[in-house]
Amino acid sequence: MSDMNGSEHERVAELLSLLRPAPECAVRAAQEMPLLAATVDQLVERAQADDAFRRSLIADLEATLTAEGHELNRFTLGRLRERLADL
Amino acid sequence: MMALEAVSTLDDAALVERCRSGDGQAWRELVSRYSRYVYAICIQAFRLPREEAEDTFQDVFARAYERLDGLRDGSALRPWLAQLTRRTCIDHLRAAARGGAPAEMPDAGEVDRNLMRIDEAVAVHQAMDELSGDCREILDRFFCRDESYREISDVLGIPAGTIASRISRCLSKLRDAYLGRSEPREPS
Repeated sequence: MSDMNGSEHERVAELLSLLRPAPECAVRAAQEMPLLAATVDQLVERAQADDAFRRSLIADLEATLTAEGHELNRFTLGRLRERLADL
Repeated sequence: MMALEAVSTLDDAALVERCRSGDGQAWRELVSRYSRYVYAICIQAFRLPREEAEDTFQDVFARAYERLDGLRDGSALRPWLAQLTRRTCIDHLRAAARGGAPAEMPDAGEVDRNLMRIDEAVAVHQAMDELSGDCREILDRFFCRDESYREISDVLGIPAGTIASRISRCLSKLRDAYLGRSEPREPS
Protein backbone atom coordinates (compact mmCIF):
# COMPACT_ATOMS: atom_id res chain seq x y z
CA MET A 1 0.00 0.00 0.00
CA SER A 2 1.47 3.38 -0.97
CA ASP A 3 1.71 6.29 1.50
CA MET A 4 -0.96 8.11 -0.50
CA ASN A 5 -3.29 5.15 -0.25
CA GLY A 6 -2.50 4.82 3.43
CA SER A 7 -3.35 8.43 4.17
CA GLU A 8 -6.50 8.21 2.06
CA HIS A 9 -7.48 5.09 3.99
CA GLU A 10 -6.97 6.92 7.26
CA ARG A 11 -9.04 9.87 6.09
CA VAL A 12 -11.91 7.71 4.89
CA ALA A 13 -11.78 5.67 8.09
CA GLU A 14 -11.81 8.84 10.18
CA LEU A 15 -14.81 10.23 8.27
CA LEU A 16 -16.57 6.89 8.55
CA SER A 17 -16.20 6.92 12.32
CA LEU A 18 -17.84 10.34 12.64
CA LEU A 19 -21.32 8.96 11.97
CA ARG A 20 -21.91 6.65 14.89
CA PRO A 21 -25.31 5.15 15.65
CA ALA A 22 -27.49 7.24 17.92
CA PRO A 23 -28.64 5.38 21.06
CA GLU A 24 -31.37 2.92 20.06
CA CYS A 25 -33.79 4.11 22.74
CA ALA A 26 -33.50 7.71 21.48
CA VAL A 27 -34.11 6.62 17.89
CA ARG A 28 -37.13 4.53 18.87
CA ALA A 29 -38.61 7.39 20.88
CA ALA A 30 -38.16 9.78 17.94
CA GLN A 31 -39.78 7.28 15.61
CA GLU A 32 -42.83 7.14 17.90
CA MET A 33 -43.39 10.89 17.62
CA PRO A 34 -46.59 10.60 15.49
CA LEU A 35 -48.19 8.29 18.08
CA LEU A 36 -47.14 10.56 20.92
CA ALA A 37 -48.47 13.63 19.10
CA ALA A 38 -51.81 11.88 18.60
CA THR A 39 -51.90 11.00 22.31
CA VAL A 40 -51.24 14.62 23.23
CA ASP A 41 -54.08 15.75 20.93
CA GLN A 42 -56.48 13.26 22.56
CA LEU A 43 -55.50 14.33 26.08
CA VAL A 44 -55.94 18.00 25.22
CA GLU A 45 -59.36 17.33 23.69
CA ARG A 46 -60.38 15.47 26.83
CA ALA A 47 -59.04 18.25 29.05
CA GLN A 48 -61.11 20.75 27.08
CA ALA A 49 -64.26 18.68 27.58
CA ASP A 50 -63.65 17.52 31.17
CA ASP A 51 -62.95 20.27 33.66
CA ALA A 52 -61.97 17.90 36.51
CA PHE A 53 -59.45 16.14 34.26
CA ARG A 54 -58.02 19.47 33.12
CA ARG A 55 -57.59 20.65 36.72
CA SER A 56 -55.95 17.35 37.65
CA LEU A 57 -53.50 17.64 34.74
CA ILE A 58 -52.63 21.20 35.70
CA ALA A 59 -52.24 20.31 39.39
CA ASP A 60 -49.98 17.30 38.82
CA LEU A 61 -49.39 16.37 35.23
CA GLU A 62 -47.07 13.43 35.83
CA ALA A 63 -49.20 11.81 38.54
CA THR A 64 -52.38 12.20 36.47
CA LEU A 65 -50.81 10.65 33.40
CA THR A 66 -49.29 7.81 35.41
CA ALA A 67 -52.64 7.10 37.05
CA GLU A 68 -54.18 6.95 33.57
CA GLY A 69 -51.60 4.39 32.49
CA HIS A 70 -49.63 6.67 30.17
CA GLU A 71 -45.90 6.24 29.76
CA LEU A 72 -44.12 9.45 30.69
CA ASN A 73 -41.67 10.84 28.18
CA ARG A 74 -40.02 14.13 27.35
CA PHE A 75 -42.11 14.88 24.27
CA THR A 76 -45.54 14.19 25.81
CA LEU A 77 -44.81 16.09 29.02
CA GLY A 78 -43.29 19.07 27.21
CA ARG A 79 -46.05 19.41 24.63
CA LEU A 80 -48.84 18.87 27.17
CA ARG A 81 -47.44 21.58 29.43
CA GLU A 82 -47.39 23.99 26.47
CA ARG A 83 -50.90 23.08 25.35
CA LEU A 84 -52.40 23.15 28.86
CA ALA A 85 -50.98 26.62 29.40
CA ASP A 86 -53.02 27.77 26.40
CA LEU A 87 -56.31 26.27 27.62
CA MET B 1 -42.23 -4.52 6.89
CA MET B 2 -43.14 -4.17 3.23
CA ALA B 3 -44.04 -0.54 3.71
CA LEU B 4 -40.74 0.11 5.51
CA GLU B 5 -38.82 -1.44 2.61
CA ALA B 6 -40.76 0.70 0.17
CA VAL B 7 -40.14 3.98 1.98
CA SER B 8 -36.43 3.22 2.35
CA THR B 9 -36.05 3.62 -1.41
CA LEU B 10 -37.71 7.04 -1.55
CA ASP B 11 -35.63 10.16 -2.06
CA ASP B 12 -35.87 12.87 0.57
CA ALA B 13 -38.48 14.95 -1.26
CA ALA B 14 -40.82 11.97 -1.67
CA LEU B 15 -40.16 10.87 1.90
CA VAL B 16 -41.08 14.31 3.23
CA GLU B 17 -44.29 14.26 1.19
CA ARG B 18 -45.22 10.87 2.67
CA CYS B 19 -44.49 12.17 6.19
CA ARG B 20 -46.68 15.21 5.58
CA SER B 21 -49.52 12.93 4.53
CA GLY B 22 -49.32 11.23 7.94
CA ASP B 23 -47.46 8.09 6.89
CA GLY B 24 -45.95 6.71 10.11
CA GLN B 25 -43.60 4.35 8.24
CA ALA B 26 -42.20 7.29 6.31
CA TRP B 27 -41.56 9.17 9.54
CA ARG B 28 -39.75 6.17 11.01
CA GLU B 29 -37.59 5.99 7.88
CA LEU B 30 -36.82 9.71 8.08
CA VAL B 31 -35.65 9.33 11.68
CA SER B 32 -33.65 6.23 10.81
CA ARG B 33 -32.06 7.90 7.77
CA TYR B 34 -30.94 11.00 9.66
CA SER B 35 -30.43 9.71 13.21
CA ARG B 36 -26.65 9.39 12.87
CA TYR B 37 -26.38 12.79 11.21
CA VAL B 38 -28.35 14.63 13.89
CA TYR B 39 -26.54 12.77 16.66
CA ALA B 40 -23.15 13.56 15.10
CA ILE B 41 -23.97 17.28 15.06
CA CYS B 42 -24.90 17.11 18.77
CA ILE B 43 -21.88 15.03 19.78
CA GLN B 44 -19.16 16.03 17.29
CA ALA B 45 -19.97 19.61 16.30
CA PHE B 46 -21.31 20.87 19.64
CA ARG B 47 -19.55 18.32 21.85
CA LEU B 48 -22.60 17.80 24.04
CA PRO B 49 -22.24 15.14 26.74
CA ARG B 50 -24.03 11.91 25.83
CA GLU B 51 -27.09 12.40 28.04
CA GLU B 52 -27.60 15.99 26.88
CA ALA B 53 -27.05 14.91 23.29
CA GLU B 54 -29.86 12.35 23.66
CA ASP B 55 -32.26 14.99 25.00
CA THR B 56 -31.30 17.40 22.23
CA PHE B 57 -31.69 14.61 19.66
CA GLN B 58 -35.26 14.07 20.89
CA ASP B 59 -36.00 17.79 20.74
CA VAL B 60 -34.65 18.05 17.19
CA PHE B 61 -36.98 15.34 15.91
CA ALA B 62 -39.90 16.74 17.91
CA ARG B 63 -39.34 20.13 16.25
CA ALA B 64 -38.83 18.49 12.88
CA TYR B 65 -42.11 16.61 13.24
CA GLU B 66 -44.01 19.75 14.18
CA ARG B 67 -42.40 22.01 11.58
CA LEU B 68 -42.12 19.69 8.60
CA ASP B 69 -44.97 21.51 6.83
CA GLY B 70 -42.77 24.62 6.87
CA LEU B 71 -40.05 22.95 4.78
CA ARG B 72 -40.73 24.30 1.30
CA ASP B 73 -38.37 22.02 -0.63
CA GLY B 74 -38.32 18.45 0.63
CA SER B 75 -35.05 17.76 -1.18
CA ALA B 76 -33.44 20.26 1.21
CA LEU B 77 -34.24 18.02 4.18
CA ARG B 78 -30.62 17.49 5.20
CA PRO B 79 -29.56 21.16 5.40
CA TRP B 80 -32.90 21.97 7.05
CA LEU B 81 -32.28 19.31 9.70
CA ALA B 82 -28.71 20.52 10.13
CA GLN B 83 -29.95 24.05 10.81
CA LEU B 84 -32.66 22.79 13.13
CA THR B 85 -30.13 20.70 15.05
CA ARG B 86 -27.71 23.60 15.26
CA ARG B 87 -30.39 25.89 16.70
CA THR B 88 -31.60 23.22 19.11
CA CYS B 89 -28.04 22.61 20.37
CA ILE B 90 -27.56 26.36 20.91
CA ASP B 91 -30.92 26.58 22.73
CA HIS B 92 -29.89 23.66 24.89
CA LEU B 93 -26.52 25.22 25.76
CA ARG B 94 -28.15 28.58 26.56
CA ALA B 95 -30.76 26.91 28.78
CA ALA B 96 -28.01 24.99 30.57
CA ALA B 97 -26.05 28.21 31.10
CA ARG B 98 -29.15 29.95 32.49
CA GLY B 99 -29.62 27.02 34.86
CA GLY B 100 -26.09 27.48 36.16
CA ALA B 101 -24.68 24.36 34.51
CA PRO B 102 -21.19 24.59 33.09
CA ALA B 103 -21.94 24.95 29.37
CA GLU B 104 -19.44 26.31 26.91
CA MET B 105 -20.79 27.70 23.65
CA PRO B 106 -18.47 26.42 20.91
CA ASP B 107 -16.86 28.85 18.51
CA ALA B 108 -19.11 29.34 15.44
CA GLY B 109 -16.18 28.83 13.08
CA GLU B 110 -15.30 25.55 14.73
CA VAL B 111 -18.93 24.42 14.49
CA ASP B 112 -18.95 25.29 10.77
CA ARG B 113 -15.76 23.30 10.21
CA ASN B 114 -17.15 20.32 12.12
CA LEU B 115 -20.41 20.49 10.16
CA MET B 116 -18.46 20.41 6.91
CA ARG B 117 -16.60 17.29 8.08
CA ILE B 118 -19.88 15.67 9.10
CA ASP B 119 -21.30 16.43 5.64
CA GLU B 120 -18.20 14.82 4.14
CA ALA B 121 -18.78 11.83 6.42
CA VAL B 122 -22.32 11.57 5.03
CA ALA B 123 -20.84 11.36 1.53
CA VAL B 124 -18.55 8.52 2.68
CA HIS B 125 -21.52 6.69 4.19
CA GLN B 126 -23.47 7.18 0.96
CA ALA B 127 -20.53 5.67 -0.92
CA MET B 128 -20.97 2.58 1.27
CA ASP B 129 -24.11 1.83 -0.75
CA GLU B 130 -21.81 0.77 -3.59
CA LEU B 131 -20.18 -1.91 -1.44
CA SER B 132 -21.39 -5.41 -0.73
CA GLY B 133 -23.50 -6.02 2.35
CA ASP B 134 -20.57 -7.85 4.00
CA CYS B 135 -18.25 -4.91 3.48
CA ARG B 136 -20.80 -2.40 4.75
CA GLU B 137 -21.38 -4.48 7.84
CA ILE B 138 -17.75 -5.09 8.68
CA LEU B 139 -16.77 -1.42 8.21
CA ASP B 140 -19.74 -0.18 10.22
CA ARG B 141 -19.09 -2.58 13.07
CA PHE B 142 -15.38 -1.77 13.23
CA PHE B 143 -15.30 1.99 12.63
CA CYS B 144 -18.73 3.18 13.81
CA ARG B 145 -19.57 0.73 16.58
CA ASP B 146 -16.04 0.11 17.88
CA GLU B 147 -16.49 -3.66 17.85
CA SER B 148 -13.37 -5.78 18.26
CA TYR B 149 -12.11 -8.31 15.72
CA ARG B 150 -13.37 -11.05 18.05
CA GLU B 151 -16.87 -9.54 18.28
CA ILE B 152 -17.06 -9.10 14.51
CA SER B 153 -15.78 -12.63 14.01
CA ASP B 154 -18.42 -14.04 16.37
CA VAL B 155 -21.32 -12.09 14.86
CA LEU B 156 -20.45 -12.54 11.20
CA GLY B 157 -18.97 -16.04 11.45
CA ILE B 158 -15.69 -14.96 9.86
CA PRO B 159 -12.31 -16.24 11.13
CA ALA B 160 -10.85 -13.55 13.42
CA GLY B 161 -7.49 -13.83 11.65
CA THR B 162 -9.00 -12.58 8.40
CA ILE B 163 -10.81 -9.54 9.81
CA ALA B 164 -7.90 -7.11 9.42
CA SER B 165 -7.34 -7.97 5.76
CA ARG B 166 -11.08 -7.79 5.04
CA ILE B 167 -11.30 -4.37 6.67
CA SER B 168 -8.37 -3.19 4.57
CA ARG B 169 -9.91 -4.51 1.33
CA CYS B 170 -13.32 -3.05 2.14
CA LEU B 171 -11.76 0.28 3.05
CA SER B 172 -9.99 0.36 -0.32
CA LYS B 173 -13.27 -0.28 -2.09
CA LEU B 174 -14.93 2.43 -0.04
CA ARG B 175 -12.15 4.89 -0.79
CA ASP B 176 -12.52 4.16 -4.51
CA ALA B 177 -16.30 4.52 -4.34
CA TYR B 178 -15.97 7.76 -2.40
CA LEU B 179 -13.42 9.20 -4.76
CA GLY B 180 -15.51 8.15 -7.71
CA ARG B 181 -13.01 5.64 -9.08
CA SER B 182 -15.47 2.84 -9.52
CA GLU B 183 -14.26 -0.71 -9.41
CA PRO B 184 -16.26 -3.82 -10.24
CA ARG B 185 -18.64 -4.54 -7.36
CA GLU B 186 -17.67 -7.25 -4.92
CA PRO B 187 -20.22 -10.04 -4.97
CA SER B 188 -22.47 -9.97 -1.90
